[in-house]
Amino acid sequence: MLAYYLNLALRSFRRNKALTALMVLTIALGIGASMTTLTVFHVLSSDPIPGKSERLFYVQMNALPDSQYDPGDRDELLQMTRLDAESLLKQGHGKRQAMMSAGSVVILPTAAGQSAFRVESRYTTADFFPMFDVPLKHGHAWSARDDADHARVAVISSKLNQQLFGGADGTGRTIQVSGQSLQVIGVLNTWAVNPRFYDLTNDEFGNSEEIFVPFSTAMDLAFPLSGSMWCWGDTPEGKTALSAPCAWLQYWTELGAGSDAADYRRYLDNYIARQHDAGRFKHPGDLKLLNVMQWLDRNHVVPSDVRLQLWLALGFLVICLLNTIGLLLAKFLRRSSEIGVRRALGASRRTVFAQYLVEAGIVGLTGGSLGLGLALLGLAIVRKQPADYAPMAHMDLTMLLATFGLALLSSLLAGALPAWQAMHVTPAIQLKSQ
Amino acid sequence: MELRPILSTLLRHKTAAALIVLEIAFSCAIVCNALFLINNRLERMHRPSGLDESHLVFLRINGISHDAEGNAVTRADLNALRAIPGVRAVTTINQATFANSMWMSSIKLRPDQEDSTMATTNYMVGEGGLDALGLKLVEGRDFKPDEYRNADDNNYPSVILTRALAAHLFPGASALGKSIYVFGDQPHHVVGIIEHLAKPRDAGPGAEYDMSMLFPVRFSYMDGGIYAINVADPARRDAVLDQAKQVLSHIGPTRIVSVNTSRTLEDLRTRYYRNDRAMAWLLVAVSAALLVVTALGIIGLASFWVAQRTRQIGVRRALGATRAQILRYFQTENFILATVGIVLGMGLAYAINQLLMSKYELPRLPLMYLPVGAVLLWALGQVAVFWPARRAAAVPPAIATRSA
Repeated sequence: MLAYYLNLALRSFRRNKALTALMVLTIALGIGASMTTLTVFHVLSSDPIPGKSERLFYVQMNALPDSQYDPGDRDELLQMTRLDAESLLKQGHGKRQAMMSAGSVVILPTAAGQSAFRVESRYTTADFFPMFDVPLKHGHAWSARDDADHARVAVISSKLNQQLFGGADGTGRTIQVSGQSLQVIGVLNTWAVNPRFYDLTNDEFGNSEEIFVPFSTAMDLAFPLSGSMWCWGDTPEGKTALSAPCAWLQYWTELGAGSDAADYRRYLDNYIARQHDAGRFKHPGDLKLLNVMQWLDRNHVVPSDVRLQLWLALGFLVICLLNTIGLLLAKFLRRSSEIGVRRALGASRRTVFAQYLVEAGIVGLTGGSLGLGLALLGLAIVRKQPADYAPMAHMDLTMLLATFGLALLSSLLAGALPAWQAMHVTPAIQLKSQ
Repeated sequence: MELRPILSTLLRHKTAAALIVLEIAFSCAIVCNALFLINNRLERMHRPSGLDESHLVFLRINGISHDAEGNAVTRADLNALRAIPGVRAVTTINQATFANSMWMSSIKLRPDQEDSTMATTNYMVGEGGLDALGLKLVEGRDFKPDEYRNADDNNYPSVILTRALAAHLFPGASALGKSIYVFGDQPHHVVGIIEHLAKPRDAGPGAEYDMSMLFPVRFSYMDGGIYAINVADPARRDAVLDQAKQVLSHIGPTRIVSVNTSRTLEDLRTRYYRNDRAMAWLLVAVSAALLVVTALGIIGLASFWVAQRTRQIGVRRALGATRAQILRYFQTENFILATVGIVLGMGLAYAINQLLMSKYELPRLPLMYLPVGAVLLWALGQVAVFWPARRAAAVPPAIATRSA
C-alpha cells in the first residue's frame, strides 16, 4: 500500500516540478536555519561533566558586613572570601572539596632560542583533580599534604608539556614560573570542559588552564590573579590575605551519591549561624548551593544572542511551514477531480488522507535532507564567527536524528490540513464537473 | 473597483486566504522586530567613545617577575616611545577602552556615607593624558603637573568626570569644585568635565556607557599600565606599533608584549563589536530570507487561484472586462489580504516586542517601525502577485466558450 502511495506521490511531483521544488526548498530553508541554531544551543547548554553534575555543588554565601549588606545586591557576590573558603575546606564536610582562583603567569623557556610566554593558570587544592575527573597522562596530581606544605610543585597541560619539553614526559623537571622555580609532578591528558563551569568569572568557553599550582604555594609566591574580586573595605595586609574583606574564590564540593544536599545545606546554615555568633554579620548570608546545571543556568551561560537566534530561526520555520501548507493545499486541491475519481471507485477517506500525508512526508524528508546540508553549511559559518564558543559548533548524532525528526514532524503538520481538505472532496460534484 | 466580488470569492477560499494572511502577519511581526534589533545594534556600535580613535594605539607589556624599579623603567620607556618618528604624544593609562578588563570603583559623595552612590570605571592617566587621548574638555581645566601621583599613593587630589557622570552625580548643578570620595577618606576635587569617554566594556545599564572618571596617576608597567601612543599619520599606526615593541625590547628588564591589548584602538573597537556586527548581518539575512519565502508563498497560491479561476476570468473578459481590470482585480485582492495580515502582524509585532523587553531588556518598539513594516509587506505582496495576475490578464475571452 505504501509503495502505491509513494508511486502516486512521485507522479504528482513530476507533474508539478516547480511547485514541488518550491516546497522542498522552503522546508529546507526552515529546517536548515532551525537546526543550525538548535545545534549551537544544544552544544552550549549541554552538561559539561555528565554523570557527575548532579553531585557537584557550587557554594555561595554573602559575607558582607551588615552595614554594607543590601539584599538587592546579592547577585554581585558570587564568590567566597578566603576566610570562609579555608574554614569550609578545613572542616571537609563534603566527600571532596576544593577552593580555587584563576591567574596568569609567565613561563620562562627551558631551551635556548625560545622566548618567555604567558599562560593561564589555576590555583587550587588537591581534591580539584579527582573531583572534576581531570585525566593525567604522566605523573600524578598533588596531595592534601602538598597543600599543607606549600609544596613548590605544578601540574601542566599536555600543550605546555609539548611546548617546554617537546612532548617528552616533563615530570620531575623544574620550570620557571613568574620568576619562581616549580617542579612538574604531573602532565594532563587532553582536558577541555566546555563551558568551563568551575570558574565563570573568566572566559566561559575555550581551553582549560595550562598550569595548575597548589593554592597555598601560589599565595606564597604572589602569583597574579585574574577574574573578578569584590572588596568592601581597606586591606592593609593585601587583598588576598586570609582576613581580607574580599570575595574572590570559587568553592566546589562533591557530595556522595547517598549523601543528601539538604544535609549539607543544614551544615552550611549552621556555619553561617556561627559567623553570626562571631559577630561577622547578622544578615541571612544568602546561602546558595547549586549543582553544575543549576549553576550554569543561574549564570546565563548560553549567550542571550544565541537564544535570540534560536527564537528567530523557529519563527522563520513557522513561516516556512505556513508557506508549505499553502502550497500543499494548492497542489492537492488542483487534483480534486483525481480525488473524486478515486473516491468514486471506492477509496475511503482515510486512504485519501494517508496518501496525501505520505506525499507531504516525502516533501518533508527531501526538504530535511537538503536542510541538513544547509545546517552543516550554517554551522561551518558559525565556526568562522569570532565568538569563543564558535569552534564547538558541531552536529552530533542526536542533532542529526533531530533534523530528520523535525523535518518529518513539520511536514506532516503542514500536510495534515491540506490532506484533511482533500479527504473531504465530494466525489459526486467532482465527477459531474468532468 | 467593486470590492464585493473579491470579498465573496475570498470567503469561498477561506483556508487559502487565511494562510496568506497568517504568513504576511508573521513576516510583518518578525521583520518589524528584526529591523528594530538591527537598528539597536547599529546605534550601540556607533556610540562615541570620546577618544581620538583614528590616531591611537595601545601597547601593553608584562613583567616576568616583580620589578621594584617599575616607575623608573616606565619613565625611560615613555621617553623612548616619544622619540619614535611620527609619534605625537604618549601617556600611560591603566586600562584600554574596548579591551578585556575594566577597573571599577565605588563613588561616595560624603566621606561618612555607608552605601556608595554608584560604581563606575576609573581611568588613571599620566602626564599629558587628555591631549594624547584626544579627550575634549568642556568645562574646568586639565590636571596640573603637581597633581600627578604614583599608583601606590591612594591620595589623589583631583578628578575629571565625563559630562554624563557629572550630571548623574550632581543633577541640576555644576560639578566643578565639588568633591567625591573614591579611594579612602580624602576628597577628590572635580577640576574638569570632558565631553565623552566610554567605559572599557559595557556593564550595568546602557546609560552608564559614557560615565567615566579620570585620576591623575602615573601607572608603571608593573602595575599593569598601558602605553597610549598618539600617531600623527593613521596609515603608520601599525608600523609605529612594531617599532615601539622593538624599542622597548632593548631597554629595561626582560618583558613580554601582551598580544591582546597591543593594537590600534580601531582594531580593539572592531573586535569589541564583532558579535553585534555578526548579529546585525544575521538579522538582515533572516529578514531577507523571510520576505523571499513570503513572496514565493504568495506567488504559489495566487498562481493556483488563477489556474482555478481561468474559466471565470474568461467569462469576465468575454463580457467586456479589460486586461487592466483583471490585473487590478488580483492586485486588489492581494492588497486586501495584505492589509488584514499587516493589522494582525502589528499586534503580533507588539507582542513579540513585549516578550523581548521582558527577556532581553530591550526598549519598547518605536511606533515608526510599524508603518515601515506595513509598506514593506504591501509592496512585497503587490510585486509577488504581479506575475500570476499578468498571466490571469492574458487569459483569452474565447476560453469562456470552451468546455472545461
